[in-house]
Amino acid sequence: MADFSSMGAEGAEFDLFVEHGKVREFARATHASHPSHFRGDPQSPPATFLTTILFWQELTDGANPWSKVKLDPERGMHAEQEYVFYGPPPAAGARLRCRSRIESVYEKAGRRGGKLTFAVMVTEFRDADGKLVAEARLTGVETEKPPSES
Amino acid sequence: MSVRFQDLDDTKLPPPRVVGPLTRTDFVRYQGASGDMNPIHHDEEFAKKAGYPAPLAVGMFQAGVLNAWATDWLGPDNVRRTRMRWKEQVWPGDVLTFTGKIARKYEEDGVGKVDLELVCTRQTGGVAVQVWMTFVVPAR
Repeated sequence: MADFSSMGAEGAEFDLFVEHGKVREFARATHASHPSHFRGDPQSPPATFLTTILFWQELTDGANPWSKVKLDPERGMHAEQEYVFYGPPPAAGARLRCRSRIESVYEKAGRRGGKLTFAVMVTEFRDADGKLVAEARLTGVETEKPPSES
Repeated sequence: MSVRFQDLDDTKLPPPRVVGPLTRTDFVRYQGASGDMNPIHHDEEFAKKAGYPAPLAVGMFQAGVLNAWATDWLGPDNVRRTRMRWKEQVWPGDVLTFTGKIARKYEEDGVGKVDLELVCTRQTGGVAVQVWMTFVVPAR
């Protein structure tokens, strides 16, 4: 059962370093073959590379407010993901300052009956000058029945 | 070599990309790269206990391959927005087809832009993931 009071919760700020080896590894794992992922100077990341905040957010206590939403892991799924870039996506070598917040938690009736609970977490990525360079928007959904039975 | 704004049209799309049959190794390689180590994507017993027939793919894996179809074509530095939505789950043995089309070509603030609609389909014809992307496309 989702906790609606988590709306507005903000996590602690954390660092993400865009690393050259990680960019290559991620490009290979997603069949991205543009030469700039491998030989660019600086190397360009794949469009979904900022999902690697998973490695960084856990290093800072209180950086991830998602757990406050308390979606049931047995009935929870990743429904949507969005990345917005205010220029070229931050390339290898960049140090980003990141902060996540719970933007909304809401309910909707499912197509086949039953209630769906959605939660949206926004993460802002800023460069060394504090300028907003990218935003991530994660939408999770919790179904009333386990996903495998739907 | 990069695509120029004036040359962008639906008759000059790159061919669809076909990936598979997918293996558990594909899933694990993506998990290591992304940091999502949820055992439901590689641990057979864990997945079965959760009610699944096998470990299922990380949704961001097939979404990432679909994004890459577009960035390989228009350049990873030119992407300005990408939004992805999951429909069907993906399993070991699946053969996925990644393709897309131009939804809108326009100029905004003097900059050429293109919106794409992308789709990843399974061998059954079922849609696994949809992606909407916006790129800037230089005129030179």
